[in-house]
Amino acid sequence: MEPMIQFAVRRIFSAIPVLFAVIFVTFVLARIIPGDPCKSILGEKATQQVCEKFTRDFGLDKPIPVQFGIYMGRILQGDLGNSIRFGRPITLMLAERLPLTTELGLSAMILAIIVGIPAGIISALRRNSAVDVTTMVGANVGVSMPIFFLGLLLIYFFAVILKDTPFSLPPSGRLSPGVSSRPFFEVFDWGITRDSPNYTFYRYIASHYMFNSLITRDFVTLWDAIKHMILPATALSTIPLSIIARMTRSSMLEVLDKEYVRTAYAKGLQDRTVIMRHAFRSALLPVVTITGLQLGGVLGGAVLTETIFGLSGVGLSLFEAITSRDFPVIQGFTLIITVIYVFFNLVVDLSYAYLDPRIRLD
Amino acid sequence: MEAKTDLPPVPRSATLAEKPIDIPWKTNLRRLFRQRSAVIGMIILGFVVTVAILAPVLTVYDPTDSLIGQPGHENIQRRAKPCIHLLGCPEDQPQHLMGLDGNSRDVFSRILYGARVSLRVGLIVVGISVTIGTFLGSVAGYVGGWTDNIIMRLMDLILAFPSLLLAIAITFVLGSGLFNAMLAISIVSIPGYARVVRSTVLAARNLDYVEAAHSLGASHWRILFRQILPNAITPLIVQATLGIGVAIIDAAALSFLGLGAQEPTPEWGTMLGRERNQIFSAPHLVLFPGFAIAITVLAFNLLGDGLRDVLDPRLSRSEQSK
Repeated sequence: MEPMIQFAVRRIFSAIPVLFAVIFVTFVLARIIPGDPCKSILGEKATQQVCEKFTRDFGLDKPIPVQFGIYMGRILQGDLGNSIRFGRPITLMLAERLPLTTELGLSAMILAIIVGIPAGIISALRRNSAVDVTTMVGANVGVSMPIFFLGLLLIYFFAVILKDTPFSLPPSGRLSPGVSSRPFFEVFDWGITRDSPNYTFYRYIASHYMFNSLITRDFVTLWDAIKHMILPATALSTIPLSIIARMTRSSMLEVLDKEYVRTAYAKGLQDRTVIMRHAFRSALLPVVTITGLQLGGVLGGAVLTETIFGLSGVGLSLFEAITSRDFPVIQGFTLIITVIYVFFNLVVDLSYAYLDPRIRLD
Repeated sequence: MEAKTDLPPVPRSATLAEKPIDIPWKTNLRRLFRQRSAVIGMIILGFVVTVAILAPVLTVYDPTDSLIGQPGHENIQRRAKPCIHLLGCPEDQPQHLMGLDGNSRDVFSRILYGARVSLRVGLIVVGISVTIGTFLGSVAGYVGGWTDNIIMRLMDLILAFPSLLLAIAITFVLGSGLFNAMLAISIVSIPGYARVVRSTVLAARNLDYVEAAHSLGASHWRILFRQILPNAITPLIVQATLGIGVAIIDAAALSFLGLGAQEPTPEWGTMLGRERNQIFSAPHLVLFPGFAIAITVLAFNLLGDGLRDVLDPRLSRSEQSK
């Protein structure tokens, strides 16, 4: 395990400059917007007086490196500023909205993996059969389908054509009207109020509606939340699903030709054992790599998916912030999404170092 | 065996001469035409290109003009459903194959002209990013050292952001508009090309024939462009073909969000975005532009996959072994 730990430490340290650079870029974003930074951050209506205070508070009268230091200091203290439009702390907005995106992204990735990998394996085992051709045609169409169009198609099919049938699914929102997710800290009477020191954190946890309704055993809400998640998660999952299926297929095809697989068959092992233990295991690495690479697409796609399905996660908030030029929100949310992305890339790197010992030695 | 000895001996040189000389690109082209998916991709693409070129011939309506008050259109309704005479639409109504949009414009015309916009977007974006990516990648690979380090860390930084998100942010900073959206998508796709070119340059830099050119006194630029970069053409072609599809989809996504093409440009993503709430009442306004994007992108993806199978020597070797 020694080299693994060494690799992990090295890889974690190499992510730090990337994070700094990302923070720097979001800082620069604010500086290259044409016009008065105060006006572009606080809005056109900001008065002279407010602007002077703002300039002083943010140190905009100081040299650029000092400004960056101040910006950095604020971020490290967990202060991302306030939204212009809502006048609320961005961290609190994130606590409320990030969980939706997390649940959406996770559902989409899980769907992509549990459908994509078996589809790829079956395609590889029955090469050129009807199943294989159908899967590969489906995968090609899947990667070519814009998320925003697929989402609307799903809405059209499940909420318009199948309306009033048992298969109809809600086209928008997180929960049906009348259904609400009671935070676990209220259900369990933990006595946490808006003024409690860690309110934002508890709020964040409780805003994972699926998780929250599961631990509070509120199955009506859980089912409702799942039903609302099916269409958006499906729309978001098609591209990664198609790519994972294709990669699994080609990776399996390569491995199935190898001599040790033939040996395993020759030993009289069951097909199942050969496929799962011998073939799939060594075919897994490129699949993990490609799955990791899909995360960026899923995070970007969340903007489109949430916009179409009216889900107020970080994606939709970011889009609304852009249309209303709510600058601190754009900055803060871009930063958070990117930090999540960098973090997951790190996890993926570590996971393939774990799966493939050769990588650690590089 | 003995019967054969009666035949006049075939001169060795003759058999060699009869064997056709192997010209790589001709072989590759032949192999490409044998690939089902590539052929389907080329057929669809041919169709889309034809439609884009013949748009003024195929439709009489202007893609940007509202039809309200125009002769023969006195009683038209906004967002009218498709009216096709062959399919039973009354003869006294004007024919609109794909109906009308929210501004009473002919959707069919907009779809046809939209093909021009999307193809242009795909080509320009890939053109910009391939040019800059090739330049940066070859300089990084050829010069090495600090130059390499700085360029590639910059590329890593671009890759540290989810690409669509970065494109959104850049478009926001530059201001909405199709050109800025194209620029933004070009920027986020540069690293892919830079990496491909750099790795090819690194692999070729120390080969004997490059050394030879060097000792003959060829200049660095000459070596780079004449000796090294041709090696990168194959992977670049594959990546650029797939890249066109991605560029079209991303530009449509930005336009869908209102950051890309602006009204009245007949851009498929804009058309979809503007009318997306009509999915319940006038689904044709969403379905036609959506399918147009999907089909065009599918064509590039099929062609790109086909090209990769034909051109990637690693893959073709495994094909031969079977």
